Amino acid sequence: MRTLLAALLFVPAVALGESDYPLERAPIEPRDLVSLQAGARTFVNYCLNCHGAQYMRYNRLTDIGLSEAQIRDNLMFTADKVGETMKVAMSAKDGKAWFGVPPPDLSVIARARGADWLYTYLRTFYRDDKTPSGWNNKAFPNVAMPHTLWTLQREQPAVQYDRTVRDLVNFLVYLGEPAALQRKSIGIVVLFVLGVLFALAYAMKQAFWKDIR
Amino acid sequence: MASRLTALWDWFDSRMPSVAEEWRKHAAEYYAPKNFNFWYYFGVLSMLVLVIQIVSGIFLTMHYKPDAGLAFGSVEYIMRDVPGGWILRYIHSTGGSAFFVVVYLHMFRALLYGSHKEPRELIWIFGVLIYLALMAEAFLGYLLPWGQMSYWGAQVIVNLFSVIPFIGPDLALWIRGDYVVSDVTLNRFFALHVIALPLVLLGLVVAHILALHDVGSNNPDGVEIKKTKDARGRPVDGIPFHPYYTVKDTVGAVVFLAIFCIVMFFMPEVGGYFIEHNNFIPADPLKTPEHIAPLWYFTPYYSVLRAVPPLFTSQFPGVLAMGVAVLILFFLPWLDRSPVKSIRYRGAYYKSALAIFVVAFLVLGYLGVKPTTVWGQFGFDAFFLDTKDRATWVARLCTVLYFAFFILMPWYTAVDKVKPVPDRVTM
Repeated sequence: MRTLLAALLFVPAVALGESDYPLERAPIEPRDLVSLQAGARTFVNYCLNCHGAQYMRYNRLTDIGLSEAQIRDNLMFTADKVGETMKVAMSAKDGKAWFGVPPPDLSVIARARGADWLYTYLRTFYRDDKTPSGWNNKAFPNVAMPHTLWTLQREQPAVQYDRTVRDLVNFLVYLGEPAALQRKSIGIVVLFVLGVLFALAYAMKQAFWKDIR
Repeated sequence: MASRLTALWDWFDSRMPSVAEEWRKHAAEYYAPKNFNFWYYFGVLSMLVLVIQIVSGIFLTMHYKPDAGLAFGSVEYIMRDVPGGWILRYIHSTGGSAFFVVVYLHMFRALLYGSHKEPRELIWIFGVLIYLALMAEAFLGYLLPWGQMSYWGAQVIVNLFSVIPFIGPDLALWIRGDYVVSDVTLNRFFALHVIALPLVLLGLVVAHILALHDVGSNNPDGVEIKKTKDARGRPVDGIPFHPYYTVKDTVGAVVFLAIFCIVMFFMPEVGGYFIEHNNFIPADPLKTPEHIAPLWYFTPYYSVLRAVPPLFTSQFPGVLAMGVAVLILFFLPWLDRSPVKSIRYRGAYYKSALAIFVVAFLVLGYLGVKPTTVWGQFGFDAFFLDTKDRATWVARLCTVLYFAFFILMPWYTAVDKVKPVPDRVTM
């Protein structure tokens, strides 16, 4: 334990699967429903095969302007009921056997990594014969994940691919905190109420304190 | 209707007169100095945050699961599936940091106006005990989301106890209940966080306030208002706490809540300072994060810990320094030998010492959130400053300044040139 403590406190931060690769700002737009829906489509088609989002329910996607019928017909490949969470069919054990590490759950990945990191990461895969998957990444050197979106990157012009990734990251940010959409609008109402309360409280204080000097 | 209510109250009052008596003693006829300024809001705001934390905490426990396999998911369940759950969670996470904000400002107020000095030493001691209990409460609660920072933060802090000579390893084992932080640890930290420490906190707050109301409040002039009384025996410069300070504190509370709501509705993570990004990765006992930092309110002491070099490969000196840095607060009333209380009438020595102390504390806090290599990127070297160690040396300097503030206090407060204190408060 002492050595662990010493290691934690006094060893300079050593990069573990991290790099200082400069991050590009993700041009996401959390209120753009079209972008969120496009991101959801990419997500269920390309990510959800290996990664789960086990804390997210399919029917929550009504937040981004989809009906339950649309969700059921277009986005549900591994679930039967629209109230289920976005679980993945692949077991963690298989994942570990195939990739070395089980693919992490993506429910809150945007909150852990940040939108900019995801946007950069998904756009900086390159061919590398030395890795088991044949792919490597500039933002995440020696990552176990292969370049899942490579067909999209090959088929689409760079601008279009950037937009696809932008939409996907936009969706991942939504996925990380679905309540974020309502949070700010509720906050504005609460602050307005507090503003009114302040005016009343201040007037009351002035009235009571008139005679104190 | 009104007469019925009066009759009901009379019925109650004749059977339990102590309610009205306590109300008079602690509110309607508690005379507080009339010259309280901005700094005097933070006591009542601390109590407001305590209530906020208890109430939001009760509702969180209805949905949270203190089980290593379920804890992380139950927090996300609260964030997504519990109606209003995200509001509860953000109230509680924002409240945790807000508690330390108001308590630090409240403690700074004491240093400004000498509220720790005779006859208020006991109030100060109860206050420091509250601060200690609050640190324990925050540390225990931070394990509950069961993210990487929860896990490894707890691992590091429990390990601090293991470097205590002789009893250390057994003590750490006893705290954890296991050889590493595990489900057992989570379960007991939950119990301590939701009932044991809150009870201790409430009891200490009651003692803090009773002690305060026995001797009366200090004020920005550091004048004892009880020395000048009118014909009816009431302090001339005192006003009844209710209604004067209840209405004034209401204004302060609304402003505070507005700031609180701006944080919780628009920036609940505060850039990773109130909710750390790494804590959205579930706890993994096999994967140590590259940089473990406690939340901002512990970082000044964390810096002290890192700044003190090991002795014969033992980290004990650092742990000791960190402990002493907190415990030295208890001795403040006796270290301060100034004949005056308020900074308004103190001399240049105390004013400079306090300013240096605040800067050192803030720099230590800043360095605590960064890796020790934070200032290694600038390419200039002093003769003894290796580039990569610069932050460590600054932390060492600030640690010395932190302790010097207390250790030299008996000297500089005694020789300081103070100004004459007026007999009455100034408005």
